[in-house]
Amino acid sequence: MSPDDGMKGDRAEYTRELRGYILGYGLAILLTLVPFGLLNWHVLAEYGLYLAIGVCALVQVIVHFRFFLHIDPPRQNVDDLHLILFSALLLFFMIAGTIWILSSLAARTG
Amino acid sequence: MSAAPRLSHPGINLGPSHPETQRKSGELLFGFWVFLMSDAIVFGLLFATYAAMLHARAGGPGPQKLYDIESAFIETFALLSSSFTFGMASLALKYGKRQGPLIGWLLATMCLGGLFLRLEVGDFLSMLHQGAGPGRSAYLSAFFALVPLHGLHVLSGIIWMTALILQIRRYGVDREVKLGLLRLGLFWHFLDIVWVVIFSFVYLGGLA
Repeated sequence: MSPDDGMKGDRAEYTRELRGYILGYGLAILLTLVPFGLLNWHVLAEYGLYLAIGVCALVQVIVHFRFFLHIDPPRQNVDDLHLILFSALLLFFMIAGTIWILSSLAARTG
Repeated sequence: MSAAPRLSHPGINLGPSHPETQRKSGELLFGFWVFLMSDAIVFGLLFATYAAMLHARAGGPGPQKLYDIESAFIETFALLSSSFTFGMASLALKYGKRQGPLIGWLLATMCLGGLFLRLEVGDFLSMLHQGAGPGRSAYLSAFFALVPLHGLHVLSGIIWMTALILQIRRYGVDREVKLGLLRLGLFWHFLDIVWVVIFSFVYLGGLA
């Protein structure tokens, strides 16, 4: 898409959106390299490693939402945000509840 | 950033230069977003099942013996890069006047998705050859419910992308094609997010 062959829409917006994708991709790569590197070279002890992997995953999920799915709270349609937050709440209850109940069951019967 | 227009739906907004698409996209993409969130619940519950079954191995092999970190690393890079190439396809759709770059970026995305699937199927076959199929233990049943389901989603994304490319060739970039590409974009980026959670908690967590 060279500038010469003409473009639809606004040039400034194009530059801004292109930068967004490049920044998102760069951050995603960084947040992938860090946990793989930590694991591969055994930099951290067990719990520190689990924590670092979890934090990198959470930040990377947020990066994907922001830069690839274009979820940008102040500008976003409020219905979309409510749906995301409600789904996240359901996911939290279901996952935490499942792990809690099943591990308690395993501990009592194992 | 202050000049940025309001977003009427998740994903890239085509904006005023595509008026006939922009009018319909808010409602259609909200519907698709509801589907994606329900799909997220399905994956979330399979993650919870996997976490609960992680130690239920019935004397069978565990993650340390079965997972290959190099393969997981290349798969991750293929899928991450495919999200970026799909982003470039979205920009070509929004700002480009010709079909060439759009189809080129879509083909690049399909190749990266295909590479991902090729490696993933290799991983599964090597596990099966070691006798670690879904019937071996509760842990492996949970693994084979979760990870191949994501692979099937990627496969259906590739089939959908093929159909859209054929539609572009046949009908041009009309409103239906644009709305299809917007929805496929959400689907594809969503699958990448699911993979981030899989590689972090299943592969890295299992090998840590």
